[in-house]
Amino acid sequence: MSRLSKFYTFLVFLFLYAPIVVMIVFSFNASDSTGLLEGFSVKWYRVLMGDRAIMQALYNTLILAVASSVAATVIGTLAAVGLDKWKKNWVRTGVMTVTNIPMMNPEIVTGVSMMLLFVFMGRLVAGSGTLGFGTILIAHVTFNLPYVILSVLPKLRQTDPHLTEAAQDLGCTPLKAFFKAVLPSISTGILTGMLMAFTLSLDDFIISYFTTGPGFQTLPIAIFSMTKKRVKPDMYALSTLIFFSILVLLVLINISQARGENKRARQYKKGEV
Amino acid sequence: MKRAAAVVVLLACLSAFVFQVPAFGALNAESLRGTELFVYNWGEYISDGSEGSLDVNKAFEEKYGIKVVYDTFDNNEVMYTKLKGGGVSYDVVIPSDYMIERMVSENMLQTIDFANVPNYKYIDAKYKNLPFDPNNEYSVPYNVGTIGLIYNTKKVAVAPDSWDALWNPDYAGQILMINNPRDAFAIAHAILGIDCNTTDKADWEAGAQKLKEQKALVQSYVNDEVYNKMESGEAALAPYYVGDFLTMRANNPDLAFVFPKEGVNFFVDSMCIPQGAKNKAAAELYINFLLEPDIALANAEYICYASPNTAVTSNPDYSLAGNEYIYPPDSAGIKTSIYRNLPQDTLNLMSSLWDDVKNYSGEADGESKGGLGSGAQTAIALSAVAAAAAAYLVFRAVRKKKREV
Repeated sequence: MSRLSKFYTFLVFLFLYAPIVVMIVFSFNASDSTGLLEGFSVKWYRVLMGDRAIMQALYNTLILAVASSVAATVIGTLAAVGLDKWKKNWVRTGVMTVTNIPMMNPEIVTGVSMMLLFVFMGRLVAGSGTLGFGTILIAHVTFNLPYVILSVLPKLRQTDPHLTEAAQDLGCTPLKAFFKAVLPSISTGILTGMLMAFTLSLDDFIISYFTTGPGFQTLPIAIFSMTKKRVKPDMYALSTLIFFSILVLLVLINISQARGENKRARQYKKGEV
Repeated sequence: MKRAAAVVVLLACLSAFVFQVPAFGALNAESLRGTELFVYNWGEYISDGSEGSLDVNKAFEEKYGIKVVYDTFDNNEVMYTKLKGGGVSYDVVIPSDYMIERMVSENMLQTIDFANVPNYKYIDAKYKNLPFDPNNEYSVPYNVGTIGLIYNTKKVAVAPDSWDALWNPDYAGQILMINNPRDAFAIAHAILGIDCNTTDKADWEAGAQKLKEQKALVQSYVNDEVYNKMESGEAALAPYYVGDFLTMRANNPDLAFVFPKEGVNFFVDSMCIPQGAKNKAAAELYINFLLEPDIALANAEYICYASPNTAVTSNPDYSLAGNEYIYPPDSAGIKTSIYRNLPQDTLNLMSSLWDDVKNYSGEADGESKGGLGSGAQTAIALSAVAAAAAAYLVFRAVRKKKREV
């Protein structure tokens, strides 16, 4: 690698990680200033743990991210399997285009239109006060779906279309064949889709802002509402913790995937598969 | 017999309920136990238990057994949109003066039953009968404050006494301006001697002209970035809220504050009960609770804004009591004005003029009249991009065909 390309790589990483490093440094600042460093302290981590409103928002965000990513993964995987079975090419592309629209659509359009729908339907059915956990969950599942479908579909294309038939020949019912033969071979795609859905749901602001109701404030909304007074350093502490949790999660997933591949390679060598 | 007994019991319950309504006290509060109260307040605008302060919402929950569901917003307009859109209902909201006036005019607020808010007696008389709620029906003041001029004594040698300092070319590139049209225009209008609630188009255009003159000197238009820039000494002058000045000075003792002689905005954030509130009795209980001397004291210490509560200002334990910035003496002769709700077309004019100011490039005075509007410029830029993309696609298609041939 030439010196220039090394320098270029360095620049790319600098731009990616410098902001995060600065935030981590300031989360250990002894004062509440964002301009001056006044010594090391874990004070903001203690303050964070004692902040009930933020802890509630974090809890809401996590519940929402888990529920919406699991729901989107189940629905999206089924949709991908169905799409893959479709023989007519133009039908499939047509359906894919329609599925991709929520992904390409500006979030503000999705958010406003969803809010309108919920409020309108709510008036018909239940009166006022319809917005809440239910509506924000529906909204998150909706914008998560295309990402799951997009990461599962290519995996399905890669698998041998005769896999199901072979499994059925060996005595599986169609359902059993799906769970025993197809599902394991697309599991990495499903996992990727689910993780992507999880992180998207975790940091969504615009759609959440429009579709959430009283008592279900997510973390991005709570942080944004601090901007009149100021974002307190305990938010840097929280972001630092989230950053490291995601990092650990990614490392664990990579390790387990690498292990799985190694195992498969060894079995292949032994002739077990 | 059984049925008769049941009727008697029912009647007893009913009469107990009916008789206790006027005498609002422990027994009635008892009947609200187990209910929920939805509160919508500004972010970071209540003592929340951090750094050894009192957790006000928790104290309320423990005292009355009513669960507080607490959400936050970052400006009046956000809160207004959320309530106006329907689909949400809150029991207590805390908007500012002009927004209260607007919400009252649109029938979005309920009158408060002051028999249930006995602590209203603590509110200082000068914060009653204000123009946005002349008969004290809809709102109970929560915090009051003013805007003013913050400056760095190391960079500004002579203490300024006028908003003019923000137009002083000596401090070019060191001036911060508030990134909010209402406050920015109010400062320009103060210098020009125009009332900040004017509805005259020419007044607003004059204000915009004044702000355009300032633009070349401004380092940036800021909201809460002002903390960072003033504390680190990156900027010399900034208009901001006096309560927040104290927070900044704690980190940078070189900062000082002045109430410019032309006059400053004075704001009141008040507690209100919106239409559609599901738990009005608990809302009144909560408003009354926030006025309790010790609770109001905890909030005043935490938020650092001026408290309208006389039980707080006369409390010897209050660390900010008599603070020259938060509670300037009447002898200081500070001119204040309060924002009123402006008619919709004035608001539209204000936001379009504000866009003009933000897009103003300084040179070529006639440009805004003779040249292209920003809308046309954007359209041209977009169509140029589209044309380039189309040309590229055609070029590729042609080359592909040629290769195939």
